[in-house]
Parts: sequence; C-alpha cells; structure tokens
Amino acid sequence: MSTQVATCPECAADVPFEGDVLLHEIVQCPECGVELEVVGLDPIALDLAPEVEEDWGE
Amino acid sequence: MLTAAVVGASGYVGGELVRLLLGHPHVELTQITSERLAGRYVYSVHPNLRGATRLKFRPVSELEPVDVLFLCLPHGQAARQMEHFAALAHTVVDCSADFRLRDPAQHARWYGGETVLPEWRSRFVYGLPELERDRLRGARYISGVGCNATAVNLALWPLAREGIIERVVVDVKVGSSEGGARASSASHHPERAGAVRSFAPVGHRHQAEICQALGLEPERLFFSATAIDMVRGVLATAHVFLTRPLDDRDLWQLYRAAYGQEPFVRLVRDRTGIYRFPEPKILAGTNFCDVGWAVDDHGQRVVIVSALDNLMKGAAGSAVQALNVAQGWDERAGLTFLGLHPV
Repeated sequence: MSTQVATCPECAADVPFEGDVLLHEIVQCPECGVELEVVGLDPIALDLAPEVEEDWGE
Repeated sequence: MLTAAVVGASGYVGGELVRLLLGHPHVELTQITSERLAGRYVYSVHPNLRGATRLKFRPVSELEPVDVLFLCLPHGQAARQMEHFAALAHTVVDCSADFRLRDPAQHARWYGGETVLPEWRSRFVYGLPELERDRLRGARYISGVGCNATAVNLALWPLAREGIIERVVVDVKVGSSEGGARASSASHHPERAGAVRSFAPVGHRHQAEICQALGLEPERLFFSATAIDMVRGVLATAHVFLTRPLDDRDLWQLYRAAYGQEPFVRLVRDRTGIYRFPEPKILAGTNFCDVGWAVDDHGQRVVIVSALDNLMKGAAGSAVQALNVAQGWDERAGLTFLGLHPV
C-alpha cells in the first residue's frame, strides 16, 4: 500500500494518506487537529474544510 | 536500582514525589522524613498511598545514606543544611527555591537573605529539562523549578530564544495547592471557596526565575498571579508583543521546532472542539505542559497559553524528569500517567 504525504495548510505538518484518496474527502491533520478537504489529487492538495459552527448556547 | 529518600515528605510536593518514586522502575524509595509525623505511616497524610508502601516518616536526624535525596523543605532550610545532605547522598534534588537563581543578589532580593554557601549555588543545575537537558546529563545537584515560572518559561521559550519578545504581560491563574499543605486564614474554606483572588498583581517571586531562564530583561516582563477555585493547576496567559509580526504557521514552526521531540510538552491549538487551548483540569496528576496560542490581528500581539499541574510538571514531576535525564534513563520513567477525562 503506497503512502502519500500532503501538507496541512493550517500548521504545515505532514498529513499522510494510505491507499486510495478521494476528491473532497475530509481528513484531520494529525498535529493541529483541523479538518481538511482534499481539493486536488495529483499531487494531493488540501484546504481547510468548511466549519460547522458550534451552538455554545444550546 | 538506586535508593532514594524524600526529606519533607508530608507536604504536597513531597507526597507527589513519594507517589512517583514508588512507581519508578529504577528507584527504590527507602526513607521519608517529617519532624511532625515521625513514626506514622505515609498514608496518614497521603491517603491515596494507602497500601502502596509500609514506609513510616522519620526525623531528619535519623536519615541514613542513600543514592538520591529529594529535598522538599521550606525555602532556606535546604541551603542551611546542604553540607549535611550532601554527605548523605551522591545526588541531591532540591525542590525549594534555594538554588534556583544563579545571582546571589537576585536570590536575596526575592527570597530574603543569602543562606547558601557561595560554592553550592554554582553546583546546582536548573531542573527544567526542556531548557537545560545538556547540563542536566550527569548532574549531581539539581534545583527544582517554580510552578508558575515553569508554565511561563515553557510558554515563552520558543519566542525568547528567537529574541523576538519586545515585552510580555503574563497572568497566571493558580490552584490552592500552590499554597502548601499548611492551613491559614486565607485557605479557610469559607474564604477560599469560590475565590478569584488577585494575590500578586505585581512583585511575584517567580519573575526572577522567568527572566533568568528566558534571558529576558526584567523591564520586558510584567507578571501577575490570581488564585482561583481550583485545587491543582496553573493556566498562564501571556500577552506577547513581538518585534516582528508572526502568523499561525510561523508559530507552529517555532513551537514545533522547540517541542516537537519533547515527551512532556504538547501543542494544543485546535480550531474545533471543547479543548481548543490548554486547560489544567485534564492535566491533573500528569507531567505534561500543554502550550497553545492565538494571533491577534490588532498589533503585533500573540497570546500564548500554557497549562500544567503545579505539583507535577511544576514541581515533583519535573524533579523526577530531571533525575531521569541526569541518570541517562528514559525521560518518561515513572511519569507515564496520562491523566483523567472526564475529571
């Protein structure tokens, strides 16, 4: 199984991928924990995933 | 296996050292002292240790030679008896402030009077491995760290070593165990419970330790301390005004370079979730210091936040970690507790 590595746009950490990678797949940065969206495949490109706002007043 | 003793083991830091050393793979704890509790079992004041050991407190006068001596005495007492303690043990780890400051004048200013023989002050290595690891290797005399100072030092070290701190304003929020095991009118439950008490808005002793560790001129550091309704823990909030602007990625780079390989410093700067920034609550009993930050678009300010357990990374945990480094052991030995959640 091949391993590819992309760069987190938030903290510049390496984000590893194993196996097939899907466009628009959501992954999490192992270091800063931010959710990332795969926006390109060759090479893998990442962008910050749209955030769901939390309802702190619930 | 080295033998060890804890002098002044009835206090909170002493109790934590007893707990840690009983679980340490390379240390056999053989003696604990307390003048007040001589002849009593350790669990009589540290009930969490019931069943863990049959050790009884003994007076210092009955202390026998050991390999490692941990001193948890009120400030000034270790210094006054240092020749005696050094004759009993090859290695001494002092958890008081007696040997922290290299400059005798600074020590006299903040702790009142020089009680240390001059030759002893230079023999001690400051026991914060993240800053002093090379000097700690093989060290025989190790000075413990200040809890608030450690929270601030670890928060600011990656910026300080770059020389980019123009000035910094720090407030630490601290738990009641920083006040020690002896009760006072200030710690009386009706007075202490629910308190948000500004007890040192200026002039806290740990300023000198912070300036020394970070190489920061005193006029660049503004330090305040607030007691809150918490038993263990320190939360340091440092407002740093920089000499040049930094963004999030710059901070990740600086802090990862400083702490990426550190076993007990974790970077916490999440965009989502409950624990987005360091919080002392989940660090109780652990040797971790969590560090995070936020960048203020207004001016060249970043806010660095750090959290730790004052009795652990701020005292007993760092002391054990420093001994591990000095002895060439795995730095995590005896310090693997990951904390509790929820707690």
